[in-house]
Amino acid sequence: MNLNALRAFVVKELHHILRDRQTLTVLLMMPLVQVILFGYALRSDVRDIRMAIVDPTPDNATLELQSRFLSTMRFRIVATGQSTDIIEPLFRRDKADVALVFDPDFASHLRGTEPARLLIAIDASDPNTGTTYLNYTRAVIQAYQAELSAGSNQVRIVTETRMRFNPTLESVNLFVPGLIALVLVLVSALMTAISLSREKERGTMEVLLVSPLRPQQIIVGKVLPYLVLAFANVLTALLAAWAVFHVPFRGSVVLLLLESILYTLVSLALGVLVAAKTASQRAAMLTAMLATMLPNALLSGMIFPIASMPRWLLPVTYVVPARWFIVIARGIMLKGVGLGILWRETLVLSAMALLLLVAAMRSFKPRME
Amino acid sequence: MSNAVELRSLSKSFEKVKALDDVSFDVAEGELFGLVGPDGAGKTTLFRILTTLLVPDKGSATVCGLDVVKDLWAIRSRVGYMPGGFALYPDLSVAENLEFFAAVFGTTVEKGYELIAPIYRQIEPFKDRRAEALSGGMKQKLALSCALVHRPDILLLDEPTTGVDAVSRREFWDQLGNLKASGLTIVVSTPYMDEALRCDRVALIHSGKILEIDPPGAVGRRYPLPLLSVTGGERFELLRALREFPEAHAVYLFGDELHYTDKRAEVSAQAIAAEVQEYLAQRGHTDAQVAPISAGIEDSFMELMGGAPPPTAAAA
Repeated sequence: MNLNALRAFVVKELHHILRDRQTLTVLLMMPLVQVILFGYALRSDVRDIRMAIVDPTPDNATLELQSRFLSTMRFRIVATGQSTDIIEPLFRRDKADVALVFDPDFASHLRGTEPARLLIAIDASDPNTGTTYLNYTRAVIQAYQAELSAGSNQVRIVTETRMRFNPTLESVNLFVPGLIALVLVLVSALMTAISLSREKERGTMEVLLVSPLRPQQIIVGKVLPYLVLAFANVLTALLAAWAVFHVPFRGSVVLLLLESILYTLVSLALGVLVAAKTASQRAAMLTAMLATMLPNALLSGMIFPIASMPRWLLPVTYVVPARWFIVIARGIMLKGVGLGILWRETLVLSAMALLLLVAAMRSFKPRME
Repeated sequence: MSNAVELRSLSKSFEKVKALDDVSFDVAEGELFGLVGPDGAGKTTLFRILTTLLVPDKGSATVCGLDVVKDLWAIRSRVGYMPGGFALYPDLSVAENLEFFAAVFGTTVEKGYELIAPIYRQIEPFKDRRAEALSGGMKQKLALSCALVHRPDILLLDEPTTGVDAVSRREFWDQLGNLKASGLTIVVSTPYMDEALRCDRVALIHSGKILEIDPPGAVGRRYPLPLLSVTGGERFELLRALREFPEAHAVYLFGDELHYTDKRAEVSAQAIAAEVQEYLAQRGHTDAQVAPISAGIEDSFMELMGGAPPPTAAAA
């Protein structure tokens, strides 16, 4: 490969990127803004909440509260018992989402002056749904309390909460890996698609094609600068997550960055493919959004848990690159695991990268079609 | 002298449009060859086949003795190509554009400087200015420098003067003259007649067909319809009267005289002259002089650009 030509190409691309100040600002700010927006704003909704009840002294009052839960249609009581021993096995086998534990004196305190005590235990292995479970449970209890207090006597129900598996409940922890996936796709696929189709629109692609440059060289020259930009984005997202939300980083940074490069290559190849198939900048942009951003945001498990998707949709998620990257990034960042655990996902991503890069090179013809 | 370009029965269609239809001609080495025709005549398609960007459906084409289909990469390093609308990067400076294209073609600005100097020196004072801020004429000079920097054997220019002011156009053609004098073969398309006059030979192209190839002075020999010159009297009155004549094909003002083309190819020009004279006398233009003439390049040009293809045009 002619290194001189390649260097000139990369320098030219860097000029394009650096001189379009507005786009560059947006691209660099995006990880920051998204981390903050998603971190604060995104919460998922749940319908079928499986509840376990521990009621050592069943009574009118405790049964009344249980029926309140059932009447919301959102809760389903899957087990009742007298002792807290039933909770742990239920959670471990994923048979219950919420456990409600009545204090033995709940009913008598409710009629008296002392506060009536309740313990809410929640399976928060997915912190978002965990929070949602908690909010719904509290809402039912508060409504009950307000109703009882409507008369002359003031009723106090005091709840205590235990979040299981993720005691600090940092939902943003789970989002940061998904966010990195989204930002990388955006920068890589969208921007390469746009910049390649811009060459077509300006007519410069005609001259590049007539030059002795091989199509592969044109692609490499296009893709390299965006690899650097994507890399900067990963760092910004991680930094923002750490600085604003104190997201922990338990695993190897180097491994995560290497995996990010792999995932970026997949996205870049997708961008090249999109540009090869579309005629204008606008078409390239919209196609890139449709083909890469949406599935990567919606079908990757970033926002909606894959486990809650309909069965027919599951095979579709297997071809979404972000699905695999998110597992990898969550594993490295939150669990501190390495390639020993994540080799399968890494292998899938590598295969995707290889396949798409070959397809991208082939899609790029040395002539006008 | 061998031929720089050889086209044999070249045809190319896009879906239903025949962009090129059985085109054959040669361009000699060192020749300044002009392609003249209206928009959509097939000029750009022809350039794209010569630059190996498109593969012809039928026929063959060679550039510098190399086949445009088989010898794709060999041709690419030897042609200098300027597509329509100056393919430059607007966000790069003048110098950056030139350096980029030099590197892409495997050379440096220094190595190509001698050849481009007469052109590039005129825009060199603005070398740090971004290409988007250049005037049409300066963009054109930069694009030509970019196409020349790797010292090609043949220069292919697709409407290089469209959107450029008259002074710059004249300067540009002076430069082409100098390049030709240095031995470079140049194929250039243009919608302007004054530019066609500066070529060694001109090919008139319409709807994908070559109508005529001649030196500019001889163009018109194949003019397909009877042509008359009409003088005397008030010119605009005459023009109106002639255009209302039922057998009129086209009437144009050429300085002091009017050129009248008749629809009927089969009737002799003498007979038509008499008929037109009589018609004009009836309309009150008794002092009008009517005489058959042979067509010049202007007549062919007006005919060509006028829209409808000439009815009995013979392929050259």
